[in-house]
Amino acid sequence: MKEKIRIGGGAGFSGDRIEPAVLLAQKGELDYLVLECLAERTIALAQKRKMADPSKGYDPLLEKRMEALLPFLIKNNIRLITNMGAANPLAAAKKVIEIAQRQHVRVKVAAITGDDVLEIIKQNASSLKELENDKTLDNYDLISANAYLGADVIVKALNTGAQIIITGRVADPCLFLAAMIYEFDWDPSDYDLMGKGTIVGHLMECSGQITGGYFADGVYKKVSGLENLGYPFADIFPGGSAIISKIEGTGGVVNLQTAKEQLLYEVLNPNEYFTPDVIADFTKVHLRESGNDEVHISGGSGKEKPSTYKVSIGYKAFFLGEGEISYAGSFAYERAKLAADIIEKRLKEKFAELRIDFIGVQSMHKSTFGNPVVPYEVRLRVAAKSETAEEAALIGEEVEALYTNGPAGGGGARKCVNEVVGIVSTLIDRNSISPQVTIFQS
Amino acid sequence: MKLFEIAHSRAGDKGNTLMLSLIPYKESDYDLLISLCTAEKVKNHLKDIVYGEVVRYELPNISSLLFVCNKALSGGVTTSLALDTHGKSLSYALLEMEI
Repeated sequence: MKEKIRIGGGAGFSGDRIEPAVLLAQKGELDYLVLECLAERTIALAQKRKMADPSKGYDPLLEKRMEALLPFLIKNNIRLITNMGAANPLAAAKKVIEIAQRQHVRVKVAAITGDDVLEIIKQNASSLKELENDKTLDNYDLISANAYLGADVIVKALNTGAQIIITGRVADPCLFLAAMIYEFDWDPSDYDLMGKGTIVGHLMECSGQITGGYFADGVYKKVSGLENLGYPFADIFPGGSAIISKIEGTGGVVNLQTAKEQLLYEVLNPNEYFTPDVIADFTKVHLRESGNDEVHISGGSGKEKPSTYKVSIGYKAFFLGEGEISYAGSFAYERAKLAADIIEKRLKEKFAELRIDFIGVQSMHKSTFGNPVVPYEVRLRVAAKSETAEEAALIGEEVEALYTNGPAGGGGARKCVNEVVGIVSTLIDRNSISPQVTIFQS
Repeated sequence: MKLFEIAHSRAGDKGNTLMLSLIPYKESDYDLLISLCTAEKVKNHLKDIVYGEVVRYELPNISSLLFVCNKALSGGVTTSLALDTHGKSLSYALLEMEI
């Protein structure tokens, strides 16, 4: 058994920078590289692309990422685990094989399927309820339904010897936990270890968010070199402790503050953090700075895994119409308020939900918490939901019409209409899913 | 004094629920935050944003607090009309709280 393994976190969302991941593969002395690229809504949008073209539906940046990474993965013998398969892991695996053949390298790729449970959900839509407001799923125009799979099926794929593992929906920390289970021969029913590994995975899954990205304020939290942010790697030990760091010379910072912010990020209950592998306890975690840009993690734990899988469901929600226009100089806010008044009088009868924001004043927090407001410029934003694209377009048209019909000096009008995919969640029994591993070879 | 003078925060989201961490710059200020930043006080400060219950979790091991705010994201990230649908900027709304 290895004394430690090193896993790099090379992407924290689908649009993340590519060159820090390449640097990790090149100079990070990694055993594994993980690329986490699926947000809640990403897979529903990918499902729509797959419906339009059955050879698509994987991460739009897969080709670009793999072109850049593959030479270093091969040269340095690094295994890649990624959820870039999105709605179509099989097509993603075939695309990777195509890239490998173009680069004249031999590689074994495993695609993991089984997370797509749209048919099961559709068949049971009248009895299944969504978690937040208890409505049954037959109330929704369903696009996609994907169960969050666990580490077990990734371990199965690692056992095939595949160097590249491509998944669809998997709970993010499991992408990391699987490598630990495989390398250290951890027993999946040892929930203390599953908890510890999950916590390391959770700290790593947003990549640059633990190395100083999404952290700096330029005043109290100064971070240099964000234009050259280094992404993290974790040295993980067989007992489940770990040290998170980054490549020397890169920008950013790893310290107690960045680790604490990331540990609590998107946590609903620190006593019980649910994944398909374990219910982890974050309250027992100890963090300490063990060196320059180095944080040591120990002490997490966990208890028995849940008996259900969480399923994320995409549905056709509405068309979003938006329009914006700016006012600047004397009485800018007053003129924006006058414009808002005109818009409200003209549109409030037509739209059930109409939102008007003054960007630069209260668009983000609804309040200014007593801070004085004398903006030099204000941007008016109007947004509304509609059943049809045509009706949604009215929002932007009315805002644009403020040029010749509204207050003085309006400028920079913009309008757009977007179809919005909504997301709800439900739970299904574990036994209703059997994840599969399919192997491809170049 | 406002919270941002002694603590930092990151916002997260799940569905219609907002999570806000609250981390003192000096670990010795943790007890002060426990007494000053009750769930009720945070709920009142964010009354225009959070319509549901605010639950506070204490994490003494890392000297940090976590506020889980229900019904806080205009019906949820994916169908909200807000500009910042995830509520990612709301960490700085919490830090505007007077203490």
